[in-house]
Amino acid sequence: MATANPSMEQNITQTHSDTQQEASQAKPYVNPYLAAILLGVVLFLAFFITGSGLGASGGLNRLLVVVEDFVAPGHVDNVPYLIDMAGGDKNPLDSWIVFLTIGTVLGGFFSGWQNKRLGFETVKGPRISKTTRWFFAFLGGALMGYGARLARGCTSGQALSGGAVLSVGSWAFMFAVFAGAYALAYFVRRLWL
Amino acid sequence: MTIFPLQLSEIFGHWGSYVVYLIIGFAFGYVLEIAGFGKSDKLAAQFYFKEWTVLKVMFGAIIVAMILIFAATGLGLLDYNLIWVNPTYLWPGIVGGLIMGVGFILGGFCPGTSLVSAATGKVDGIIFVAGVFFGIFLFGETVGFYEDFWYSSYMGRFTLMDLFNVNTGIIVLLITIAGMGVFAIGELSEKHIGKMDLAQFGNWRYGAIVVSIIAAGIVFVIGQPTNADRWDAISAEQEARIADREIFAHPGEILEFMADPKIIVQVIDVRSETDFNLFHILDATHVPLADVEDYADTLLLQPINTLFVVASNDETAATEAWRILMAESVPNVYILEGGINNWVALFGSEDDLSQFALADYGDDNFAYVFPELLGSRYAAANPNHDVFSEMEFESKVELSIPRGPASGGCG
Repeated sequence: MATANPSMEQNITQTHSDTQQEASQAKPYVNPYLAAILLGVVLFLAFFITGSGLGASGGLNRLLVVVEDFVAPGHVDNVPYLIDMAGGDKNPLDSWIVFLTIGTVLGGFFSGWQNKRLGFETVKGPRISKTTRWFFAFLGGALMGYGARLARGCTSGQALSGGAVLSVGSWAFMFAVFAGAYALAYFVRRLWL
Repeated sequence: MTIFPLQLSEIFGHWGSYVVYLIIGFAFGYVLEIAGFGKSDKLAAQFYFKEWTVLKVMFGAIIVAMILIFAATGLGLLDYNLIWVNPTYLWPGIVGGLIMGVGFILGGFCPGTSLVSAATGKVDGIIFVAGVFFGIFLFGETVGFYEDFWYSSYMGRFTLMDLFNVNTGIIVLLITIAGMGVFAIGELSEKHIGKMDLAQFGNWRYGAIVVSIIAAGIVFVIGQPTNADRWDAISAEQEARIADREIFAHPGEILEFMADPKIIVQVIDVRSETDFNLFHILDATHVPLADVEDYADTLLLQPINTLFVVASNDETAATEAWRILMAESVPNVYILEGGINNWVALFGSEDDLSQFALADYGDDNFAYVFPELLGSRYAAANPNHDVFSEMEFESKVELSIPRGPASGGCG
């Protein structure tokens, strides 16, 4: 009996370090230049096959409108901006961008699983609490969502896709995004550094 | 005729075509994740000059996609007019971009990357996505207060080639070289500020730079098809349609479509300004023949339920305009049979016709001398469909759903 205990303890430690090893086995991210080439090829194929590029905010928009249409159909039918997507018996999900967005989530999940990067955690700068990080994640998300609709596209649908097909508006937009972020970065460095 | 982009809903059916988008989305999410874009600190590092992954991946992807797209269009495999080029609304785009920049540095993601982050379980990513939903909701509720601004500074399908008035190859080459400059600056910054070991990026990247500059050079040399080239590719098939008079629609049929609330009829009047001022069909757009090619960009952005009708006095100039628009891949274009002369003959009042008709007029000239430049204020400019509903004609118009998307990834 006395000998069994240490071995059991050893076993437990063993298992524990196994999981730790498992977690630390998360594969490193790929070379950014390789990622650039792969993303470029995906973007090209999207244009080549379907005629449109990538996007994300449009899909999220329509998913939201489904909820709004369910909660307050009368409201949707009265706001001109929403009528286009869900007025009357229009189905806001009947759009390619919704399926692209669902695909994006699935692809991200699959890669996370394949490379052992799944797991609940909050990624944040070392000097702030989780709650602070969550607050700013929500605030930043809200600004992103608002700005993306105002600019008629997000980083993927406007900057990346419109940039590759040489739209003037998309390039102006891209510079604006980076200008906004760089201009504020110094003042909020506590969030990240 | 160019084969790409494909008419997906014709091949796979309406909902079936969405599977293709699901697969493309999957690849998109996968690549974002392996690039590390699911982690907010990696994205934010860009703005503290420590790590340039964001700009490298984004700019690199733009360069790779751009070279491949314009090589494909240059070789006639892909039709640039049928791919979605985000229309430019300059100021809303810039203001929205600045707001997003602020959101980026506070929240650590852009919408696409936050989806991937949330999908891998990052709590900050999940909360960010919730924030995006809230922001979109807020926009829907508030845009009504400043709709004028939201629709302001509209420039249509406006490309860098139009802005700088140079050919596509030069822009492709310059952006490729500029991108290499950005990578060089980025790596200097990563080395000195981020204290990164640059060897990790591998020496193959130098080869990739050489390859992309050569590829951009090839795109420049191949060039892009002109309107004449594009017409040559389809002329055999389309000249036959002209000869069979398949594309000449009777005024009565046009009038019927004008009365149909589901269809938008846009008459493109290619006659001289004098003729246009003398008489034109109500709401017709005046586009002189010389400007038709440039105007095609505008037509490509019209709703898909639009029927385009080109009209000249007779049919000669209208047929030429039709060739130009077909070559530019404008969908659903027809020619007004017998031209404006036939229109006036059918819909004009007896008095007008007997008083103002010319006995003798040249080919494709206006056959009437109206006393005043009343434009569309003659009754014949806006005939009442009920009065003329008994008119007999052979139906020619077959509206088709154009290839390529009617909206971008943000609609």
